[in-house]
Amino acid sequence: MKILVPIAKVPDTTSKIAFVDNNTKFSPDGVTFIMNPTDEWYALVRAIELKEKQGGEVVVIHVGLADSEQIIRKALAIGADKAVRVDADPTDAYFVAAQIAAHAKTENYDLIIAGKETIDYNSYEVGGMVAELLDLPCVALVQKLDIENGVATIKREIEGGTETVEAKLPLVICAQKELAEARIPNMKGIMGARTKPLAVVPADATEKLTAITSYAVPEKAKECKYVSPDNVAELIRLLHEEAKVI
Amino acid sequence: MSVLSVVEISEGKIKKASVEAAFYGSKVAEGLGTDSIAVVLGEASADELATLGQVGVKNVLHANDARFNNFDSKAFAKAVGEAVSASGATVVSISFNQNGKLLAPRLSVRLKAAYVPGAVDLPVFSGASATVKKNVFSGKASAQYQLNTEKKVIAVNPNSLSPVRGTGTASVEAFAPAVTDADFSTVVKSTDKIVGEIPLSEAELVVSAGRGLKGPENWGMIEEMAHLLGAATACSRAVADVDWRPHHEHVGQTGLTIRPNLYVAVGISGAIQHLAGVNGSKVIVVVNTDPEAPFFKAADYGIVGDAFQVVPKMNEEIKKLKSAH
Repeated sequence: MKILVPIAKVPDTTSKIAFVDNNTKFSPDGVTFIMNPTDEWYALVRAIELKEKQGGEVVVIHVGLADSEQIIRKALAIGADKAVRVDADPTDAYFVAAQIAAHAKTENYDLIIAGKETIDYNSYEVGGMVAELLDLPCVALVQKLDIENGVATIKREIEGGTETVEAKLPLVICAQKELAEARIPNMKGIMGARTKPLAVVPADATEKLTAITSYAVPEKAKECKYVSPDNVAELIRLLHEEAKVI
Repeated sequence: MSVLSVVEISEGKIKKASVEAAFYGSKVAEGLGTDSIAVVLGEASADELATLGQVGVKNVLHANDARFNNFDSKAFAKAVGEAVSASGATVVSISFNQNGKLLAPRLSVRLKAAYVPGAVDLPVFSGASATVKKNVFSGKASAQYQLNTEKKVIAVNPNSLSPVRGTGTASVEAFAPAVTDADFSTVVKSTDKIVGEIPLSEAELVVSAGRGLKGPENWGMIEEMAHLLGAATACSRAVADVDWRPHHEHVGQTGLTIRPNLYVAVGISGAIQHLAGVNGSKVIVVVNTDPEAPFFKAADYGIVGDAFQVVPKMNEEIKKLKSAH
C-alpha cells in the first residue's frame, strides 16, 4: 500500500504570537517551528502503522521553503520512507492543495492521510481540497481507520457522537485525535533519516485565491470580575442580569 | 446573482448551525441587494423548510432524496455545485461544523472560489473582492482574509451571529441534481450518538470540569448543573486521557473547539491548549482553588474557592432562579 502524508510547519503552541509590518505579517522572531501536531501524531503515525502491518511505502510531502528541512527529517525519523518538498511559500490553501494533488497524480497512492487542521490557521481545508482536485472520496475528523482488502472502515466525529463508514480505496482521510498514539523517533530512526531520499521540486503555477491583508491581536486580556465563594448567589445574579446568559 | 446557504437536516429537522449559516447568507444577500436562497439535501418536510423564511431565506432548493440523508462529501459537493449554478449564486454560506469543514473546501475547489474557513463576521465587499474576519492561532489573533475570486465560499464559525427570526415563509422548490449512485463513495454502517444529551458542538451553554474534581465519581454535581441549565457537559484533556470522562467531551486544541454563550470551567487550570478550544466563548466563568490559575486571565467571572463547596451552592442558586422565572 502506498500512502501519502502531507505535513505542515507551524509555530509551537506556546509561541508568542506577534505581527510586524503594520500587522500584515506574522513575526517569526523567537518562535520555534514544529511539525503540525495532527499531521505528526495521528496522520503520519497511522500511515506508518498501516505500512508496518500490510507492507508498502509512506511518503511525506511538504510545501515550504528550505528552512523546513528539520521537520521533514523528523517525519523520516519517525518512519516515513521518503519525502518530497515543494519549494514554495505556503500562503494559500488552494495553492498548497494543488501542489500536493499535482504530485499525487504522478504516483498511484492508495491512501492520502492529512491532519484535520493546522494549529496556526485552524482551517481544516487542505485534505478536502486535495480530494476534490483528485476526485476522490474523503472522510474528515477521523478517529479510527482500518483497511482490509481495499476497503477502509472509518470512524468519524459527528455532532454529539461518531459514525462508522466504509469507503473503497483510493481515499483521502483527515485525521484527528485517537487515530494513533504519537511516536518519539529513536536513535536508529534519527540516524536513518539522514540518508532517506528528500526530493526538492519546484512549485507549479497555480494561482493563489486568498490573501491575508492584516492581523489583529485581541486588545487586552479580559478583566475578570471576582465573586466571593461565600456569595455564590451574586454570581448567578450577574450571569442572569448582567451577562444575560442564563 | 444571489447568495446560497447550505442547510443541513438531521432527523427531519434543520440543524441549529445551519439556521445560523442561512441567517448569515441572508445578511450577505441584504448587503448586496440580492436574494437569499438555500439548498437542502436529504428528506425533510416542506413545512420545516419553509421556516427558513424566518431568517430571510426567500427560496429553498430541496433535493428530497433519501440518498442524501447521510453525508457524503463527494456527492454533496457535486450537488451543491449544481445548486450554485442553478441559483446563480456568487457567495455560498456554510456552517463551519463537522460536515461543513469538509464540504466547504471541496466545494471551493469545484467552483474555483476563494474560501474563508471559520468566518466570525460578515464580509466587507470592495469591488470584486471581499474581506472576511476569521480567528487564527487558536483564537490568539484574528486575520482579515481577502477573497479574490468572483465566487466566494464562506464557512461560518458556529455561534458567531445570533440569528434574528422574523415572520417570513420561504418557498420550497424541488431540486434534482445530476448525482449518480457512483458519486456516493461512502456507506454509513452505524452511528453512535449520545441520546438525551445536548451535543457539545451545538450547545449554547456548557459546563466543564477537570482534574480539580479529583475523580470521576464527583461529576454528579457537574451533570446536575448542566441539567439545571439545559447545558452540555465538557472536560479537559487530562481527565479524558485517564478515562474519567468520554473523549467526545474533551475540548481544547486537540479536542473540540466550541463557542458557546456560557462556558463554566470548574477545576481546570486553563493551559493554553485548553483555552484554544474555548476562548471564543462569549462568557467564561472559572471556579478554581488556585488564584494563580491562568484560566482567570481569560475569565469574565471568577470564584477562587473549592469546587465541592461552590458548585452545590451554584446549583441551589440556579434552582432558585429557574423557579422564580
